[in-house]
Amino acid sequence: MSATTNRDGSTVPGPGRRARTVDVLVIGAGPAGLAAAARLAAAGAGAVEVVDREEQAGGVPRHCFHSGFGLRELRRPMSGPAYARHWCDLATGAGAALRTGVSVTGWSGQPGRDGGTAQGRNAGPAGGPVRAEGRGPLVVDTTGPDGLERVTAGAVVLATGARERPRSARLVPGTRPAGVFTTGELQQAVHLHHQRVGLRAVVVGAEPVGYSAVRTLRGAGVEVAAMVTDQPRHQSSWASGLGARLHHRLPLLTGTTVTALLGRGRLSGVALRHADGRTTTVACDTVVFTGDWIPDHELARLGGIALDRGTRGPAVDTAFRTAAAGVFAVGNLLHAVEPAGTAAREGRLVAGPVLRYLADGVWPGGQVPVEVDAPLRWVAPNRIDPRGPRPPLGRFTLRTAGTARRLSALVVTQDGRLLHRERLRRAAVPNRPLYASADWMDRVRPDGGPVVISAG
Amino acid sequence: MAVTTSGRLPDEVYDIVVIGAGVVGSAIARELGRHPLRIALVEASDDVGDGTSKANTAILHTGFDAVPGSLESRLVREGQRRLAAYAAEAGIPVEPVGALLVAWDEEQLAALPRLVEKAERNGYHEARIIGADELYAREPFLGPGALAGLDVPGESIICPWTTTLAYATQAVRAGADLHLNCPVSGIVAGSPHELRTGRGPLRTHTLINAAGLRADEIDRMLGHADFTVRPRRGQLMVFDKFARDLVRHILLPVPTALGKGVLVAPTVYGNVLLGPTAEELDDRTATGSTAEGLAFLRERGGRVLPALLDEEVTAVYAGLRAATEEDDYQIRCHPEQRYVTVGGIRSTGLTASMAIAAHVVELLADAGQRLGTPRELEPVRMPNIGEAFARPYERAELIAADPEYGRLVCHCERVSRGEIRDALASTIAPSTPEGLRRRTRARGGRCQGFYCGAAVRALFTSGPAGPVPGTTGAAGAEGGEPSLRPEVGP
Ligand SMILES: Cc1cc2nc3c(=O)[nH]c(=O)nc-3n(C[C@H](O)[C@H](O)[C@H](O)COP(=O)(O)OP(=O)(O)OC[C@H]3O[C@@H](n4cnc5c(N)ncnc54)[C@H](O)[C@@H]3O)c2cc1C
Ligand SMILES: Cc1cc2nc3c(=O)[nH]c(=O)nc-3n(C[C@H](O)[C@H](O)[C@H](O)COP(=O)(O)OP(=O)(O)OC[C@H]3O[C@@H](n4cnc5c(N)ncnc54)[C@H](O)[C@@H]3O)c2cc1C
Repeated sequence: MSATTNRDGSTVPGPGRRARTVDVLVIGAGPAGLAAAARLAAAGAGAVEVVDREEQAGGVPRHCFHSGFGLRELRRPMSGPAYARHWCDLATGAGAALRTGVSVTGWSGQPGRDGGTAQGRNAGPAGGPVRAEGRGPLVVDTTGPDGLERVTAGAVVLATGARERPRSARLVPGTRPAGVFTTGELQQAVHLHHQRVGLRAVVVGAEPVGYSAVRTLRGAGVEVAAMVTDQPRHQSSWASGLGARLHHRLPLLTGTTVTALLGRGRLSGVALRHADGRTTTVACDTVVFTGDWIPDHELARLGGIALDRGTRGPAVDTAFRTAAAGVFAVGNLLHAVEPAGTAAREGRLVAGPVLRYLADGVWPGGQVPVEVDAPLRWVAPNRIDPRGPRPPLGRFTLRTAGTARRLSALVVTQDGRLLHRERLRRAAVPNRPLYASADWMDRVRPDGGPVVISAG
Repeated sequence: MAVTTSGRLPDEVYDIVVIGAGVVGSAIARELGRHPLRIALVEASDDVGDGTSKANTAILHTGFDAVPGSLESRLVREGQRRLAAYAAEAGIPVEPVGALLVAWDEEQLAALPRLVEKAERNGYHEARIIGADELYAREPFLGPGALAGLDVPGESIICPWTTTLAYATQAVRAGADLHLNCPVSGIVAGSPHELRTGRGPLRTHTLINAAGLRADEIDRMLGHADFTVRPRRGQLMVFDKFARDLVRHILLPVPTALGKGVLVAPTVYGNVLLGPTAEELDDRTATGSTAEGLAFLRERGGRVLPALLDEEVTAVYAGLRAATEEDDYQIRCHPEQRYVTVGGIRSTGLTASMAIAAHVVELLADAGQRLGTPRELEPVRMPNIGEAFARPYERAELIAADPEYGRLVCHCERVSRGEIRDALASTIAPSTPEGLRRRTRARGGRCQGFYCGAAVRALFTSGPAGPVPGTTGAAGAEGGEPSLRPEVGP
């Protein structure tokens, strides 16, 4: 819990905290946060500061040592660390202050509950835009080697990213041996700390990040005994060629779940159940749990900022506005996960709405929620202000859950009224993005019920 | 005073050797440390508190529901008082949240007056029955259908790891030797007794058996077959800190013949605990979790606190209660052998630990053991890893004096480099990342190492208390995550 926000939401000013004020505080210096800071600083947003709790800025790409970053937006392939440096240089070059080793530990007050929120008491009667006057200022508390600070900001951009669920959160039973990783930990162990990992590994999950894990393992001299997925097929993009190359000598066990971890002290194997009900054991000293993402929504929740039920990230509209006035959110915090380029694009795009807010102080009231029906899992963004801009690239991003039913079309309705229907060009696969065009946005009734996207 | 982790053991004859550095053995060593005696605490595992003492429900019980008149009832009551006072002095995290026992059906409702009466007979006078209205007012997120409750304000939550560590630290600082990685595999009774251990022979005048799940095995080495340990597994789930606001008290079910039942309780680290199961097993090392166990807990937890299941699970673990065929602690003194067995300390040993220790020392004195004049122990002050008091990351004065306390390594649990450094240089330094976690919480949070795992390991292997090539104890030392070192590290 936050250092200084009590359970009842009241605050005690901590002794020895230095107070500072900035115009925009960006929290998280991954691709999304750095791109936002770069654009905001370049556009003259005033004092723009981006903080990150790690010693090195750059976010996840810091430890993704393979190439392939930056291809789309920068038109040249880069390694993760080079890509991270690119955005750091851009942000600092534009005049943003980059502070690393600084953790934001909580808010002073709760911006999501103090008023000025879409559903809050400041919302206009007809759900129209309101001036966010009278709301408390945005104030966060930080810890770093230089001490404790209380930073007041005109606007806050949350860019805290996403992580993979660890074994415990997936409720995988068994013993608690050493040798159990997520891809994030594996990459850091191998690439940043040069630690030896093990001799023989099983990789759980077959979306692109699982293939990154295979690469890292092989590069570290670890034999990959198998890749297992509970899905009927892998979810890597063959087009990239990555999966195809790696697939060489990589047994892919589909329709398979890990039923237990075995071994005392060190992992000795994983027990598997196959699609046909057979159970087997694969001997290994290392297991990597990949994918199964969860946004790092700690600060959003500590601030009482409403989350979207589907994404578990803060609910945002097409201008990255959360339910709390002045608080924006970008990157994989909103959609766990999309590629780095997508996160960076959102960082660039949030600059406009932030500048506008700094100038006019207007925050939308009564946004319309966008929801999904099963087997769809989530959609982002997931609030609309019919007067607001279209989402990035004019489309909404969705995910579907594993299903026997083939998904061939998406249907968008509001209060039973058909707004839009589109055929899917490609088969919808779990763990891979699915897009819906935003062409129907102007047909949404601002005073109507939630917009629902379902499978047609 | 020395902590040894490898090599031959000292050649001397100790006055007293305690087998087992769980919470009970460590408490005994601490209590004995007040006397001018040569004491050794001998542990199979590579750390103190690495058996059942690290994997429990972490409640400082009042003993309101103990078997009246039993030794357990008396020692729990007395132990609770002693440990509460000691915790305040030693900086062990404790939160006096109180318990609410919830009746969900008519039969359970009918049991409440009997529980009040039982509490009275156990010397606990604050228990009182409350109606559904008060129950829901005090626990707004409680699932529907509760009929009434029993308010037991004296129940607290405590940090089990710091407790054992504080005892053992104080014992060592008072002059006791702690020999880790030292499983006892045989005993030649005599004057002195000669113990066969994984690290060679060890001699002692008097012997105390606090070997937990293996106490009956040690007993048999000395010719006693008074009881047999029947491990009873308890699986537990730790929910994310975001669940903490859902629950204010320890929520207990009405106890049954099988035990205290599945509870929902806050932890001193700011999480919520759900469990334990109660499964009779033969295997004394079966501290794994099972799909059935977790499904059962989720089903129970969902009824008590429906919103709990929407939160992420941070950790799952299991501990084994050292139950026996008897319904009480099995503490016996064999004066002719200068030997005390402390067995059957099943589901209340954390609470009772200090009282058990005092009781054991009394038994020794009664048996004619020369103890010498006791003195006051030098107080210990343990690093705070609980949420009820300020942690280093929120203490400006501490960070100003030493910026390492402002350099966070484990972000989920907000553990600084300074705390990790201190733990690695402490009297009883951890020899595995898991031991470090129990001292600092590093890597114990919601990401389970996604962000910090590799960095923590790097600090660990480069720390001042360099790696200890560990033979892991064959006995009872499960669940630990013994050294990564053979595979990981430069
Ligand atoms: C293991 C892994 C491999 C991946 N591989 C690829 C890949 O190969 N290609 C690809 O395109 N994408 C990949 N991704 C997706 C990746 O998340 C995105 O590429 C991109 O990093 C997302 O950027 P972001 O800025 O949203 O978040 P992140 O990069 O996660 O950055 C978030 C930052 O916020 C900081 N932060 C969080 N909370 C706080 C706080 N309270 N105080 C201060 N700072 C805070 C964190 O330290 C972090 O630096 C991978 C993701 C993972 C986890
Ligand atoms: C699920 C569960 C929930 C519980 N909840 C609570 C609670 O809320 N409150 C409470 O007060 N109590 C609780 N308990 C009970 C409490 O945890 C135990 O009573 C207590 O930890 C027992 O401590 P111990 O020192 O006797 O045993 P242990 O902690 O098991 O210590 C025994 C030690 O002896 C060592 N050892 C064994 N054999 C040898 C050998 N041959 N040579 C050398 N060393 C050896 C072992 O390695 C071990 O470290 C719970 C227990 C469980 C399982």
